[in-house]
Amino acid sequence: MNQAISATAEIEPAESPLIPGGSGKLGMWIFLVGDAMGFGCLLAAYGALRFYSDNWPKPMDVLGIQLTAVMTFLLICSSLTMVKALAAIRMGRPKAMRNFLLLTILGGTLFLGIQAYEWTHLIEIKHITLTGNPYGSVFFGTTFYLLTGFHGAHVTSGVIYLTYILIQGLRGKFSPARHGPVEIVGLYWHFVDLVWILIFTFVYLL
Amino acid sequence: MSRSAVVHHLAGEPHSRPGFMRTYLFSTDHKMIGKQFLWLGLLMMIPGGLAAMMMRWQLAWPGTRVPFTGGIPEPFMYDGHMGPEFYNSLFTMHGTIMIFFVAMPILVGAFGNFLIPLMIGARDMAFPVLNMLSFWVGLLSGLLMIAGFFVPGGHAAAGWTSYVPLSAAAHFTGVDWGQNLWCISLIFLGISSLMGSINYITTIINMRAVGMTLFRMPLVIWSLFITAILLLLALPVLTSALGMLLFDRMAGTSFFLPEGGGEPILWQHLFWFFGHPEVYVMILPGMGIASEILSTFSRKPIFGYKAMAFSMCSIAFLGFVVWGHHMFQSGMNPVLGMSFMVSTMVIAVPSAIKTFNWLGTLYRGSIHFTTPMLGALAFVSMFVVGGLSGIFMASLPVDIFIHDTYFIVAHIHYVLFGGSMFGIFAGIYFWFPKMFGRMMNETLGKIHMVVTFIAFNFTFFPMHILGVGGHMRRIYDPTVYEFLADLQPINVFITISAICLGVAQILFVINFFWSLAAGRRAERNPWRSNTLEWSAPTPPPHGNFETLPNVYRGPYEYSVPGAPEDYLPQDRRLDPKPAPTG
Repeated sequence: MNQAISATAEIEPAESPLIPGGSGKLGMWIFLVGDAMGFGCLLAAYGALRFYSDNWPKPMDVLGIQLTAVMTFLLICSSLTMVKALAAIRMGRPKAMRNFLLLTILGGTLFLGIQAYEWTHLIEIKHITLTGNPYGSVFFGTTFYLLTGFHGAHVTSGVIYLTYILIQGLRGKFSPARHGPVEIVGLYWHFVDLVWILIFTFVYLL
Repeated sequence: MSRSAVVHHLAGEPHSRPGFMRTYLFSTDHKMIGKQFLWLGLLMMIPGGLAAMMMRWQLAWPGTRVPFTGGIPEPFMYDGHMGPEFYNSLFTMHGTIMIFFVAMPILVGAFGNFLIPLMIGARDMAFPVLNMLSFWVGLLSGLLMIAGFFVPGGHAAAGWTSYVPLSAAAHFTGVDWGQNLWCISLIFLGISSLMGSINYITTIINMRAVGMTLFRMPLVIWSLFITAILLLLALPVLTSALGMLLFDRMAGTSFFLPEGGGEPILWQHLFWFFGHPEVYVMILPGMGIASEILSTFSRKPIFGYKAMAFSMCSIAFLGFVVWGHHMFQSGMNPVLGMSFMVSTMVIAVPSAIKTFNWLGTLYRGSIHFTTPMLGALAFVSMFVVGGLSGIFMASLPVDIFIHDTYFIVAHIHYVLFGGSMFGIFAGIYFWFPKMFGRMMNETLGKIHMVVTFIAFNFTFFPMHILGVGGHMRRIYDPTVYEFLADLQPINVFITISAICLGVAQILFVINFFWSLAAGRRAERNPWRSNTLEWSAPTPPPHGNFETLPNVYRGPYEYSVPGAPEDYLPQDRRLDPKPAPTG
């Protein structure tokens, strides 16, 4: 220990910040880790309840996946436009960024609209509710609404968040040198998209 | 590069004095937010402690009038006599308040906020506004929890673990909105904690001063860093599970209700997946605080700095794979129980590394028995007792006998009072001068620490004996069980000790307020300590440092041969040839 202080101790260069130029991106990553644990908990509960249930209906027969495939396609497209929006502002084309952001918002809103239609259809025509399911295990309905509802809430927040970023974009707040907030909202949006892929796989396909 | 730009910008910024509201209420200054969390935690200690006192009275002298409770109305107290439902609420709320609203706000909220920027040499947290929100959401959560006492049906009564199905339907306990508020309050606490974790992790990763490498960070910062990661990974799971519980209670689902085909064990798995990391959330900051204090007052470098950091990392990792040891008796597959038992016992290894390193730090040091040092020594010794009793419960066959007895109660209090609370006291005595600019009274402090230490052991050690004698936890009236009659004198002894323990805390309150108002003014570095917070003015102004420090060495360079004093602050430069130091 004694030799630990070398008399010639120079200032060691600081460890460079993991993410230079602001902490927002790192903060969003950390938030997403926490959020992923929340989704993970719900998915684990879904898995456990389904595993122990002996009358789980075949999801494809009850839910139908054509419409959901469209929803998935929409969300993936909106992730693509999000990437294009970020690329546009990086190349100094704020107008293109605004258009792509608008498309992203449109994708998210359409997704929500179709989801609302899907829920209404399931509740009113097929009578699958939070507490009842004529096709088998009651948890089929419960976990379906819980998972898609929690995800839908994330999409809704995402649309609001994107709209806020779009308004800032319209005010000319972003430039090739300053596009952090666009990148950060993108991280969130891609995460929501990724979670949907998991939900689509586990709840609709498997 | 961008960092130095930021530094110059901040250094040149005139710190105009904001108004009262922005200074004391809606402050974004990490030090004020830390103090707000400290006040929240200290205030919540009052209802949490009183609940414990009332329970103890009932256990020692069941059916007698509990003193000073005449004002509590009928469904809870019957003219000073406690009803069994109210007893259930009391032990539930004692646990809930002490864990979520005393230990967490003080250890993580207060020390985390106050110390992280100061000790890594930053001017504030990475997200000051998020930090402020974190406190206000936390306060809202606390108010909701307190509000539960005043709703019809009384407060949550299913234990702090809120095991289902007891907690999942109102008709089991007769508690309706109490349990709902309990869930809602903890969901808000989860949000508050998430905001805090994001801030702590980002700040520690991204905002360390020049030269403050990861392995030059003080151990308390390491501990808070790891704690923040634990909270980040564990609390969202609780939040999701609480959401499901609320759905069961309010929307008619049956996730956890067997009559609807649900899985009660699922709640236990989800709860303890959160709950076990949570106990490390409450002990790791205490370990960090003890490390700072032991090194400072032994005037010796901490023994095995890297081993200390790595053992905390491994404790945190193992903390996520041992949750099943809370569920040995739940009907879990014995094969699973066996693996949980082994992984639990493995945690003894990093814990022992820490303990021996603390002893190694003390060995042949020039020990100064200051008040914070007494607290840190109490922490280490009581943590050893709590850790050893933990081995008993980790052992599956022994746990079959002692589960759900007072042995468990003894263990958790040795870890959470003997560990976390002594860590909290030590930390407050140690950093009070930096927080409030005045010294606490050493004589009163030492009396408080010694009396607390004795009363604590008198209160909780006999509980081991009760537990081995078969005394169940959470029972309203031990005298109705014939086989517990021999143990009743121990219950009386415990209650008298507990009352002494409670009364002894008045010393702390007096010392705290007297020192706030009239304590001796603290100089910049009263304990002659090395870490960066002591090189900031006392109390630190907005922005913390006059100029941001450069860090030249690790935090524990005490009694270094050739150094001018027996301590060598992290930011003091030693020139090749000895230069006059100020």
